[in-house]
Amino acid sequence: MSKTEDDGRVSIAASASEPGAERVRSRGSLLATRITAARAEGRSALIAYLPVGYPDVPGSIEAMVAAVEGGADVVEIGMPYSDPGMDGPVIQQAVDVAVRAGVGMRDVFRAVSAVAESGAVPVVMSYWNPIERYGVDRFADDLAAARGAGAITPDLIPDEAAPWIAATDRTGLDRVFLVAPSSTDARLAATAAACRGFVYAASTMGVTGTRATVGHAAERLVARTREVAEVPVCVGLGVSDGDQAAEVAAFADGVIVGSAYVRELLEGRGPAGVRALSEDLAEGVRRRPVVPA
Amino acid sequence: MTLSAHPPAPDVPDATARPEWPDATGHFGPYGGRFVPEALIAALDDLTEAYAAMRVDPLFLEEFAALQRDYTGRPSPITEVPRFAEHCGGARVILKREDLNHTGSHKINNVLGQALLTRRIGKTRVIAETGAGQHGVATATAAALMGLSCTVYMGEEDTRRQALNVARMRLLGAEVIPVTTGSRTLKDAINEAFRDWVTNVETTNYVFGTVAGPHPFPEMVRDFQRVIGDEARAQLLEREGALPDVVLACVGGGSNAIGIFTAFVPDDGVRLIGLEAGGDGVETGRHASSITGGDPGVLHGARSYLLQDENGQTIESHSISAGLDYPGVGPEHAYLHDIGRAEYRPVTDTQAMEAFALLCRTEGIIPAIESAHALAGAMQVGRELGPDAVLLVNLSGRGDKDVETASRWFGLGDHAEVDPGPGLDTDQQPTEGAVSNDEAVAGQDAGEQA
Repeated sequence: MSKTEDDGRVSIAASASEPGAERVRSRGSLLATRITAARAEGRSALIAYLPVGYPDVPGSIEAMVAAVEGGADVVEIGMPYSDPGMDGPVIQQAVDVAVRAGVGMRDVFRAVSAVAESGAVPVVMSYWNPIERYGVDRFADDLAAARGAGAITPDLIPDEAAPWIAATDRTGLDRVFLVAPSSTDARLAATAAACRGFVYAASTMGVTGTRATVGHAAERLVARTREVAEVPVCVGLGVSDGDQAAEVAAFADGVIVGSAYVRELLEGRGPAGVRALSEDLAEGVRRRPVVPA
Repeated sequence: MTLSAHPPAPDVPDATARPEWPDATGHFGPYGGRFVPEALIAALDDLTEAYAAMRVDPLFLEEFAALQRDYTGRPSPITEVPRFAEHCGGARVILKREDLNHTGSHKINNVLGQALLTRRIGKTRVIAETGAGQHGVATATAAALMGLSCTVYMGEEDTRRQALNVARMRLLGAEVIPVTTGSRTLKDAINEAFRDWVTNVETTNYVFGTVAGPHPFPEMVRDFQRVIGDEARAQLLEREGALPDVVLACVGGGSNAIGIFTAFVPDDGVRLIGLEAGGDGVETGRHASSITGGDPGVLHGARSYLLQDENGQTIESHSISAGLDYPGVGPEHAYLHDIGRAEYRPVTDTQAMEAFALLCRTEGIIPAIESAHALAGAMQVGRELGPDAVLLVNLSGRGDKDVETASRWFGLGDHAEVDPGPGLDTDQQPTEGAVSNDEAVAGQDAGEQA
């Protein structure tokens, strides 16, 4: 259901394939375009997180494609990191395997290309040190060449992001920063203004992991963010099934699901489990919001 | 009156000023800063603001000074160690005795400050990470003193090699959580503490143990620890009428080193030398020398030197000393290194244990293995400089916690059935490179001639 590519994307891919070609900023955001298109269908976008390298690199790419086949609009492609301070036990367990196997940025770009090929929008999720180690400009160039939309950087705040902002301005890549319930109004505004693609609203105070309820904090945070953001607002942390996806879809432009996908792999259900979860979540983000009487 | 105040010394430029770094957002040149999830920024901002108000508040300064005097036992003395110094090329060696503080190390200096800050911002629970257990014990102590609930994260590997300190923390009423993720050592304990903090930030303050981590920790912990150097500088001027030639301290995260360095930073004639844990030797890759053997990068919320592979993954460090077994280092050390104000050298496990044994046998002082790295540095530097040099060494902690590790290393007692700890595998037990019990004292002459 996410197989169609808009014209903009095809032309970007063509320009990125030219050596040294710089993409123009005016081309628009791949992420915002896809999320806005979902909104035009009267639904939220489904954003699936999976780390590269679990159970191994080909297996993780297969799982990402399965997530797209099941209905994910965007895949957050996780660069494994040895010290994932924002992740809970489920993601830690999978990422630990990938780190020990020596998974690197080259593997991430392979996954990016495969996801782009499958028709979804690929966005890299990486803690900052692997990007800095790879080289910020080199990372931006290679990500653009692999047809990635941009990157989500959970431990990089705009205050520290000058090189990344310059690199994404130069290449036209999206850059997604996080806001949290504890963010002040001033920080919400500054962070939203620095984002391109969407704003990642971390719904609860805590680490990644599925939760019984997503809670009102998410809705309140989205409302506060919308007041200052010109880009879509997507919600992550805690969503694990179609019902929760529907709950979040009622107020957010995109629903981000991570640990629930990873659990499918950890518990041995493989790409089939990932595809089934995507189908459930994709149904959830399409439910008509229940309007209070 | 501020935290940095000590009595100005005659004939010597006043060194009470705070360093010009970090800047307002916590940067030491290109190092430091904040690389943390947005969810923690509000808490860090609150801490920064509350600390800025507290550090110039006369009531706080009075309470802090009273605790340091009546509870910690400050000022800690300085002790000249002539019999040890015979093995340091004849240079004079003076120890700053942080081992005599309550709880047995310099860590108490920092936690009392942060515990007062916790109370000031109205939080009721503290969390801490610990490697050797010294910071965990100090935090548990301050929490007991001030009626705060306390949870300490400690790598499972470290709970095993520092079992005595686990028991101490539990006696003091703290909950100790063994961390079983990643390498199961200090770096993973820090990750878990950050995860706890981001989840429980409404009620909980993170009492960070060293001059690393996101702003304001490197600056705040430095300010709480600089009492070491402020005192030592005044004590030396009073006793000797002169400053030392060299100040030496071990560096893991680097809090005791920053603590003793800071007062001397403006004294251009005083060399500052940090001794990193060289483990089996930097060339073997099994070490914890972040500056000597690492590269700049981001870890645990700040940019500094760290041990990392080509993918930017943190490499596990190795040291016989649990307190130095950390793959990163505080950003101010990275800066002092780059601007050439301080030097950093590795000291191997073997060299540190040689110095450990030597201080025990020559002076009747059992040092922490961490501090023994600084003593080993004094042995090297003393031989380089010769008899006229005056070396000030920060003896950051006492070695009671290390008795079992040392007994195994030197083959004392009956440890045949006991599993050796990490960094002290069976095949590394005293070999030709290591110093035996007797050699540690007797075998130095050859080296001294060099």
